[in-house]
Amino acid sequence: MHPIVKLLSQRIALGLLLIIATSALIFAGTQILPGDVAQSILGQSATPEALANLREELGLNEPALSRYFDWLFGALQGDLGTALTNGKDIATSMASRLANTLFLAFWAAIIAVPLALILGLVAARYAGRWPDKLISGVTLATISLPEFVVGYIVMYILAVNYRLFPSTSVIYDSMSLLEKLNAIAMPVIVLVLVVLAHMMRMTRAAILNVMQSAYIETAELKGLRPATIISRHAFPNAIAPVVNVVMLNLAYLVVGVVVVEVVFVYPGMGQYLVDHVSKRDVPVVQACGLVFAAVYIGLNILADMIAILTNPRLRHPK
Amino acid sequence: MPETLLDIKNLKIEATVYPPGEDPHDITIVEGVSVSLEGGKVLGLIGESGAGKSTIGLSAMAYGRGGVRITGGEVTLNGRDILKLGPKALRGLRGREVTYVAQSAAASFNPAKRLMEQVIEATLKHGLCSRSEAEARAVKLFRKLGLPNPETIGSRYPHQVSGGQLQRVMTAMALCPEPSLVIFDEPTTALDVTTQIDVLAAIKEAIRDTGVAALYITHDLAVVAQVSDHILVLRNGNKVEYGPVKQIIEDPHEDYTRALVSVRSIDHEEKKPAEPVLRVDNVTARYKGTNFDVLSNVSVDVAPGQTLAIVGESGSGKSTLARAITGLLPPSAGRITFAGRTLTPDLKTRSIDDLRELQMIYQMADVAMNPRQTVGTIIGRPLEFYFGMRGEEKRKRVQELLDQIEMGKGFIDRYPAELSGGQKQRVCIARALAAKPKLIICDEVTSALDPLVADGILKLLLELQAQEGVAYLFITHDLATVKAIADSIAVMYRGKVVRYGPKTQVLTPPFDDYTDLLLSSVPEMRLGWLEHVIETRKMESAGN
Repeated sequence: MHPIVKLLSQRIALGLLLIIATSALIFAGTQILPGDVAQSILGQSATPEALANLREELGLNEPALSRYFDWLFGALQGDLGTALTNGKDIATSMASRLANTLFLAFWAAIIAVPLALILGLVAARYAGRWPDKLISGVTLATISLPEFVVGYIVMYILAVNYRLFPSTSVIYDSMSLLEKLNAIAMPVIVLVLVVLAHMMRMTRAAILNVMQSAYIETAELKGLRPATIISRHAFPNAIAPVVNVVMLNLAYLVVGVVVVEVVFVYPGMGQYLVDHVSKRDVPVVQACGLVFAAVYIGLNILADMIAILTNPRLRHPK
Repeated sequence: MPETLLDIKNLKIEATVYPPGEDPHDITIVEGVSVSLEGGKVLGLIGESGAGKSTIGLSAMAYGRGGVRITGGEVTLNGRDILKLGPKALRGLRGREVTYVAQSAAASFNPAKRLMEQVIEATLKHGLCSRSEAEARAVKLFRKLGLPNPETIGSRYPHQVSGGQLQRVMTAMALCPEPSLVIFDEPTTALDVTTQIDVLAAIKEAIRDTGVAALYITHDLAVVAQVSDHILVLRNGNKVEYGPVKQIIEDPHEDYTRALVSVRSIDHEEKKPAEPVLRVDNVTARYKGTNFDVLSNVSVDVAPGQTLAIVGESGSGKSTLARAITGLLPPSAGRITFAGRTLTPDLKTRSIDDLRELQMIYQMADVAMNPRQTVGTIIGRPLEFYFGMRGEEKRKRVQELLDQIEMGKGFIDRYPAELSGGQKQRVCIARALAAKPKLIICDEVTSALDPLVADGILKLLLELQAQEGVAYLFITHDLATVKAIADSIAVMYRGKVVRYGPKTQVLTPPFDDYTDLLLSSVPEMRLGWLEHVIETRKMESAGN
């Protein structure tokens, strides 16, 4: 077996193990929350008999460990349980929300990642000169502002002043792709501004670090143009650190967009989670936590795997 | 009248330095150097580190490394002053008319790209020929340089070939665009002596066959004498002496050149064998997670106040032996006796006297010292740790040790960054000495130093041995050093001791094959040595 296959399968196994460990943490976390699910469903005026019946019905009297395993095995088979508040199947109601979140994240990523890499390369090419200072300054400013501030500024300019886009980003299944894109334009802009800086700065730093290497001097002494040196000789060796930051930001686009979704009233996972947290709907919170953790761990494992695959020493052992 | 290819006139090179605790300021690295080179000839640039050799070499490409700037003079190449060219014209020149072979090929190849891609890159970039023609050229050069599998080696990655091969691939890379001048910057310095000779012969042959001119930069006069037509001796950025290679080697005019020529001149009579202070008995060791022995059944003795030199090329197990003796790598079999006691395999279980009496000095004095501690703190630490010295008593002892290593009063409060390479190594010696050891393991302690500085260190070590009666286990790949310092010698090859005994006996024929190869590979300071050795080896292999 090629040693790289072993390395990759180790990473995957590690990822699965991590997800299971996280599921235990999520379950334990929701168990030690104060309050009682039955109580919060039935309200303060519920009779003790009604509470006892509901607890029995929800299986809350079972030992925690067996409830955890019931939940975990269900989740592995795609059954995330039913929401306490409306009795709907969580997997079904979450699917469309998750699809919306991924839709938004996808378009934000497809703009932000190439843009960040290009800006990072340009900043590295002109390190210490005005293009670098401009790019670094602007991205630093956008990352320093809280997302909701950026969100309202964008909304004020584009929706209120120029009326280019609708001020809320409600989307339906019946909308065409173009209509959907028009609706999510503003949250995409905000997300791009928020994630750009990290990736751009990491690209710049990683490239500048590689530029210190002796083989960059070799390339210079071959008479190559600075842009060629950066793209052909420096960038391939800067992929590993860059890809890690890119994946962290992609994960953020999925699991960290709660605020932006709320600002633009976008029907994604964030809104769904916030709604159910306020209603103490523990199964939904657990399910969201599990999905977020899986996305986060999955993307990070993916980053690891890309770093392994782009390392020539691992790809072509002696 | 042969045509002048390169003409350097009155070159001045400056750089901005940022010394710790001072304001940045400009210093002059090279001043008033003039030299010229005819087409097809080889000019050797020689000097110690800091002499400005590489800087002058790179000026032939109008290139300054880091903050280095060429601020005066003329560099005329093929009839035009290249210092006046703009960036675009310079890019047209670099990699086409002049190419560069760096000291460390391992660091100078892009690890993420295949060798062929890098070898033909400049040729393609300058539009000199098509890709298939360039690849054919490269394969031809690989073959000429004696690389194994010339047809397929180009598809490998840099980490998949050895250091010596990589250095040859780099030479092929420099020759591929068919330049009129190649700059070789210490191309064999990082190689083992047995590898160096092959690379040197390959480079020399390639230069001769292609008719390219070359600047050959090195600190090793014996090496440059083999390949050059003329030699320029440099010191502190100034020209010391320039002349044909024969005159420089056989009749140097300047004192400094004479010192360089005669640098390997320490006379050391071996001492009589005595009851050993350290006995290594059948030691076998391997690194965790590997399945071969880096040391197998190694047995050597070191007598008190004497020096055992361990020689061999990289990977022969020299440093591993030091690690086994110090307990950093517990041996899997065998016994180590020291000062009449049997040492436990693992460092952690040894007594404080075992630790104190067995000290070590390393190759890189730089990284063996805490850059944020003063010389006084560094040398004082073992005094505190082993003898509980404090305050004035400790400071007095540190000063005594500093006097012993011939460094004056002013040094006690300095930081390592303020010392030269030789001074740093002296501080490391003082630190080892502070523990009053019976044995010091010296691991390539002079390898990173210039020849004259290294000479000073060796003399110091011999003096200290005479004063203190300390024994040395001296690990080195440099046979000249061995001759200068050893009382007995162990030659190691692939984890085994292949030859062992008193110095004169080990260095007297008949030799085993490996020792013969090792000894005959050491460059000698005479003209025609390289041809002679290559010729002898060819005849021997034809005879077999």
